Amino acid sequence: MGRFAVRRLLAMLLVLFAISIVVFLIFNVIPNSDPAQRLAGKNATPQLVASISEEWGFEEPLPVQYWTMMKKVFSGDLISYNSRQNVDEQIAEGIPATFSLCIGAALIWLSFGILFGYLSAVKAGRATDRVLTVLALVGISMPVFWLAAIFLYYLTFEVELFPSGGYVPLSEDPLGWAYHLVLPWLTLAIIFVGFYSRVLRSNMLDAMDEDYVRTARAKGLSERRVRIRHVLRNSLIPIVTLFGLDFGAVLGGGAILTEAIFNLQGVGQYAAESIKNLDLPPIMAVTLFGAFFIVLFNALVDIAYAWLDPRIRLEESAR
Amino acid sequence: MTTASGPLLEVTDLVKHFPVKRGLLIDREVDRVRAVDGVSFSVAPRETLGLVGESGCGKSTLCRTVLQLLKPTAGSVRFEDREIAGLSRRQMRPLRPQIQMVFQDPYASLNPRKRVGQIVGEPLRIQRSTSGAALRRRVQELLERVGLSPGHHDRFPHEFSGGQRQRIGIARALALQPKLIVADEPVSALDVSIRAQIVNLLDDLQDELGLTYVFVAHDIGVVRHVSDRIAVMHEGRIVEEGPADRVCERPSHPYTRSLLAAAPIPDPRESRARRRVDAAGP
Amino acid sequence: MSEPLLAVRDLRVGFVTEGGLLQAVDGVSFDLVPGEVLAIVGESGAGKSVTAQTIPGLTRSPNARIEGSARLRGEELLEASEAELRRVRGDRIAMVFQDPMTSLNPVYRVGDQIVEAIRAHRERVGEEEARRLAVEMLDSVGIPQPERRADAYPHELSGGMRQRAMIAMALALDPDVLIADEPTTALDVTIQAQILELLRRLNRERDLAIVLITHDLAVVAEIADRVLVMYAGRVVEEGTLDEIFYDPQHPYTWGLLGSLTRLDRERPERLPQIRGAPPSLLDLPAGCSFAPRCPHAFGRCTELPGLKARPGEASGHRDRCWLGPEEKRGRRELDGRIGLEEPA
Repeated sequence: MGRFAVRRLLAMLLVLFAISIVVFLIFNVIPNSDPAQRLAGKNATPQLVASISEEWGFEEPLPVQYWTMMKKVFSGDLISYNSRQNVDEQIAEGIPATFSLCIGAALIWLSFGILFGYLSAVKAGRATDRVLTVLALVGISMPVFWLAAIFLYYLTFEVELFPSGGYVPLSEDPLGWAYHLVLPWLTLAIIFVGFYSRVLRSNMLDAMDEDYVRTARAKGLSERRVRIRHVLRNSLIPIVTLFGLDFGAVLGGGAILTEAIFNLQGVGQYAAESIKNLDLPPIMAVTLFGAFFIVLFNALVDIAYAWLDPRIRLEESAR
Repeated sequence: MTTASGPLLEVTDLVKHFPVKRGLLIDREVDRVRAVDGVSFSVAPRETLGLVGESGCGKSTLCRTVLQLLKPTAGSVRFEDREIAGLSRRQMRPLRPQIQMVFQDPYASLNPRKRVGQIVGEPLRIQRSTSGAALRRRVQELLERVGLSPGHHDRFPHEFSGGQRQRIGIARALALQPKLIVADEPVSALDVSIRAQIVNLLDDLQDELGLTYVFVAHDIGVVRHVSDRIAVMHEGRIVEEGPADRVCERPSHPYTRSLLAAAPIPDPRESRARRRVDAAGP
Repeated sequence: MSEPLLAVRDLRVGFVTEGGLLQAVDGVSFDLVPGEVLAIVGESGAGKSVTAQTIPGLTRSPNARIEGSARLRGEELLEASEAELRRVRGDRIAMVFQDPMTSLNPVYRVGDQIVEAIRAHRERVGEEEARRLAVEMLDSVGIPQPERRADAYPHELSGGMRQRAMIAMALALDPDVLIADEPTTALDVTIQAQILELLRRLNRERDLAIVLITHDLAVVAEIADRVLVMYAGRVVEEGTLDEIFYDPQHPYTWGLLGSLTRLDRERPERLPQIRGAPPSLLDLPAGCSFAPRCPHAFGRCTELPGLKARPGEASGHRDRCWLGPEEKRGRRELDGRIGLEEPA
């Protein structure tokens, strides 16, 4: 286990390093992203641009610029080219909203995905299953931006059931916090609910044909026990690993659209705005932030998998 | 024109180890799985060598290593007095028609998406020896040879029973007119009443085509029936070798004896007598 | 005369499929008395597994058509409710299946799976007591270091130990009947011998009745008291072990016996074989289902023979063949072997 953790940590550092290089290079290749120009603003004279260029070190060779930027990322001194604000602080401000959105949606999609998948599998072929299947497919088919737009129109505009956006910190007003997050949670979760219920249904139907389920019945166990302790337990293993990867991806940037549409001022929204402005420092920082979570959850998923399925050992041998 | 006196296949001190790797940044070998641990045997032309052993003894790995489907760790494999151990894939290619394999599981060794004609004809296509109408005729000939009808050419594997699928596998192995066929448990997955059919088919083909067989199985009864000589394999080594009847009637190695002693006797009186002897003790 | 432990009468099991009604079992009857080992022999498609699994109700499904009767000490099982069957399963009728690797749940420890079986039927037994019983059972089936092994996962045990563990689990509640469905087919021959020895011992010590499903006549010879030979869903011959092996009456039985390899006899030139292949159950011929493959078939075989004993012979030895006793004797042996060759 220790060996596994060390290897993954090293791998993580390598991945983050590679990502940072790629992001940096991309931004130095895209046209119209001359940061000195932007910092100078409109109506800037060439001299102003040149002096800003020198001040900020844009004349330095690329590796030096890269090194300077990376130092700033980790020392907390990174300043946005556009807004001149401290990037790390901006990210820190956005974290509560992003985490609230992602964790809440994850809990919803995990519980409903499993519930609907289980019901679908147990009642396979019957009315319940058919209804849930249609709902799942509809859920999977609805893109986030469309769904959000529908919610906003019908539930905040036509009928003012929910607020149309904005984030209320949990510490300030728990009820308000939840109230503002209901629609974003649903928007983000619905696709996953559909997907997870289909996957679980499929896994459970396969598991029901397995020999060990036949043995469990032959032992005289109650049908409920067979379903939960044997069929469901084994079918959840792929769900858990899927969840780890999806959650990491959502945290790492998959919630951008939702945040932006509902104006939650989270890290994702910050990223979206920075991209619009081609503002390298925030983009770099947010990308690394996101990549960190994705890689972390990848590693956690591998550990979880080994814990859930005793046949898997973290360090496989040739046997 | 080769001399007919030497063995067709000669294996000397063949070794196949699988390394077990572990490490922090760089994998280092910490242990080895000694699947084949110094095996020597030879097979004369038109002879059948039976290779018997239980699961995990290395017989399947041995087959694959002899055929160069796995690269030997050490040792020599001579086919028609030519060294083939360690040959590259390219170098093995012209030899492949001469050494073919029949596999155990008739349900897994045929591509379910291909038609029978395609499956049997594939070796011919790969070796570019025939094509078109001549290819089709040759395939139908092969199908008849193994007891199927030429009309089966366009059907899919799932339309056939286990025994018929095994016949298809044999037809495929015969396509390039091999000299040596390695049969890895060819009848273990078949029903008892079909087993005899396939064993008899292999026997007939050997007489008709002058084939040499290495017949691998875990059932010593079947192995004894088909083989001229038997080699007993245990934990990567051959522990006993000799004429089939001698090995079965007067085994010298304790492992061979335990295999024979464990084989159930399909004769109630004999079986009871043996149990009485066992119960009486030494 | 006491009632048999298990009395099966005219069991019929059909499955509705896209291709029509597949009659997997077509009128199987047998009795099982305490301490008896009954072997049901046949090839794939014979219906032996379906017969075995239908008795504790494991084949019930929306597309299954089950008829007939199966009485355990007089209690009818085929009509019983699921709740009643659950009481019987594991407690009075236990099952062991072919592949212990897939028949045990891979994510639970072996001991825990035995404990689960125990506590499902004995509510008053606590966790610790159940665990103690489980370890005892593992010990009684010959597993060394049973306390340690109880904490092992199935994949950590060897094939033979896994099958012993399955047997331990099946017998934990001291059932009357053990149904073993091809228990040694997936095992090496030396392990197979050990498992058969274990089953014989358990049969003796606990007076355990066993229904053994197998395709291997050699296994039958090692353990059975009585034998049912099945083909395409029907019983084609039944009798005591010695009757089946030394006085077989049905051509299919002759074929099966003939295709056995005997290590203690000289090798025949050619292995006697049965031509053709077992029929598809969706497309059975009228009359005797073995007729298409039988070298002795004649006109009458288009009519299904009944399962009958020969007049004057043991009434328990029955077969489903129209040939007369003399004809059978004549055709059965050729060159001193029981085989299925074309008559001269």
